[in-house]
Amino acid sequence: MTAPDRPRISLLGTSALLFEAPGTFDLPHQRRIWALAATASKWPDIREAIPGITNLMLTFETPPRELDALITALNESWDAAESLAIGGREIRLPVTYGGEVGSSLQSVADHCSLSIDDVVAIHAAPLYTVFALGSHPGYCYLGGMDPRITMPRRQTPLQRSAGGSVSIGGSQTGVSASPGPSGWHAIGHTSWTFFDPSWPTPAALAPGDTIRFEIKRVIR
Amino acid sequence: MIEILSVTGPASVQDLGRFDQYRFGVGTSGAMDDIALRAGNILLGNDENDAAVEIPMIPFKLRFGRDMAFALTGASVEAEIAGRAIPPWWRSHARAGDVLTIKAISRGARSYLAVGGGIDVPVVLGSRSTQLRGEFGGLHGRPLQPGDILPCAASTAAVGELGVEPADISLARPNAAADETIVRVVVAGEYDAFDAATQALFWSSHWKITPQSNRYGYRLQGPAVKPKAPVEKRSHGIVPGVIQIPPNGQPIIQMRDAQTSGGYPKIATVIRADLWRVGQARLGSKLRFEQTTYPDALAAEAEMSAYLDRLRTNVRLVEETRTCR
Repeated sequence: MTAPDRPRISLLGTSALLFEAPGTFDLPHQRRIWALAATASKWPDIREAIPGITNLMLTFETPPRELDALITALNESWDAAESLAIGGREIRLPVTYGGEVGSSLQSVADHCSLSIDDVVAIHAAPLYTVFALGSHPGYCYLGGMDPRITMPRRQTPLQRSAGGSVSIGGSQTGVSASPGPSGWHAIGHTSWTFFDPSWPTPAALAPGDTIRFEIKRVIR
Repeated sequence: MIEILSVTGPASVQDLGRFDQYRFGVGTSGAMDDIALRAGNILLGNDENDAAVEIPMIPFKLRFGRDMAFALTGASVEAEIAGRAIPPWWRSHARAGDVLTIKAISRGARSYLAVGGGIDVPVVLGSRSTQLRGEFGGLHGRPLQPGDILPCAASTAAVGELGVEPADISLARPNAAADETIVRVVVAGEYDAFDAATQALFWSSHWKITPQSNRYGYRLQGPAVKPKAPVEKRSHGIVPGVIQIPPNGQPIIQMRDAQTSGGYPKIATVIRADLWRVGQARLGSKLRFEQTTYPDALAAEAEMSAYLDRLRTNVRLVEETRTCR
C-alpha cells in the first residue's frame, strides 16, 4: 500500500477515504486524477469524488462494511485511467503584489534568496491550470508554479487572512475566495468573484480552466 | 416566527449539514452535535434534518411570535419560559409572546432549540445550515443578532410535554472523567510519520482545549507532537474529525466549518459516532484520544443509530397512548 510507485490509500475516519497518486505534481498526473474522479463518482455508496492535488477523496453515502473491494477498484481504475484533458476557459486576473494583504512578499523573497521583483515576475509568468477546488467555497488550487518560489506552509496557521489573497503554500499557489483562516503566505491580492451560491454552478472556475496573473502593481 | 432578543457568541441556524458540495470547496457546516439536533427533531415529530438554532453561549433570550412546540437538547442548560423551568432534552409548548431564556450551561457546550416544523430559512445548495465562510445559508449566512426574526414552518405535531434520555447519559463511555472528554479515533494517512514515542505521547496526553476552538476547529494544547521529518503534503480533501498536526506540534481537530482540504499531516480522525462529544467539550477542559479500528467505528455508529431508534420508538409510543385516551 505504500510502495513508492503505487498509490497510497488511507482512511479519513468512516466518512471518507483518500487516494494519493504516486509521481510528480504535474498536469499529466492530474488529468488521470480527473479521469479517476469521473469513474469513481458513479460507484454505489460514493457520495462525491473530490479531486485534490494529484489525489482524490471519496466521501461515503454509507460507509462500506468492507473496504477491500473499494481499494481494489480504486487501484485498478487508476491503472486503467486515461488522461482526461478538460478544455477549460482562460481567465486573466490583475494582481496587486505586496501591500497590506500581500505582506509575506518580502519573506518569500528572503526565504527563496530572490528579489521582490524576481518573485513577482516568476509568480506571474506561467499560465496556471486549475487542478482542483477546495479549502473554502470557490477556492482554486493551481498547478504550474515555478518551484523557485516554493515556501513551506506556516508553523501556525493564521486565524484570518483576507479574501482575494494570492498565496503560496509549499509548491502550490492559489487565490482565496473569501476571508478565513490560512496556513499559506499571502504575496498579493485580486478582486474577483469566485463563488456565488445563486449561480447554477456556484463556483466560477472548474478543474481544467486556466488563469494568467497580470501584474497590476507592486507595493514594496 | 421567533424573535431573537439577546444573544452571546456565534449562535447560528443549522440542520444536519451540506454533504455533497465538496467539489466546489463547500464544507458540511451543520450542527456540531448532530445527535442533539436529531433528538430535538424526533421529540417534535419533525424531519430529523429540520433546522434548529445552535446556541454556544449564554445568556440567550428569544420571544415566540405564535403558539408552537419547541424542544431544548444538547448541553444541559438552565432555561425558563414564562416563569417555568424547562428540563434538558425536553419538549414543551410556547404561547405567542412567551419569552424563553437560557441562563446557564451546566454541562456541555452547545444547546439546540428546535421548533415544531423547523426553522424555515431558505435551502441553499441543499441545506439550511449557515455557511459562515461563504456567507450563505442559515439566516443571511451569518451568526444571529438581537432583533433577528426567524421564520418557522407550520406544524401539526403533538404538543404535550415530553422528555427523552440525553445522549451523554445513554451513550456514556466507560472511564470518562468529569472534566475530560474521551473520543475514539481511527489513525490517518501520516500516523506512521511519527515515531513510536511520539505516537505514545499523542495517546497518553490530556489535551487542553484552547480558547481558539470554535466551529472551524478545536485547537489543542499539550506536549509538541512532531513527525520524524517535516511533512509537506499536496493539498487533499479532509472531513470534520480529521486531526491535523501543524509544524508547531499542537493538534487541530477539524470541525463543521473546517476547510474542505488541507496539507498538514493527519495523525488520526475522530470517528463520526464521537464527533458530537467534541462539539460538546468545553473550552479549557481536557480531551483524550483512544485508538479504534474501522469496524469498531462502524459498530459505534450502529450503537448511536440504535439510541436514536429507541428515541423514535418511545416518542411514537407516547403519542399513540395519548391519542388512545
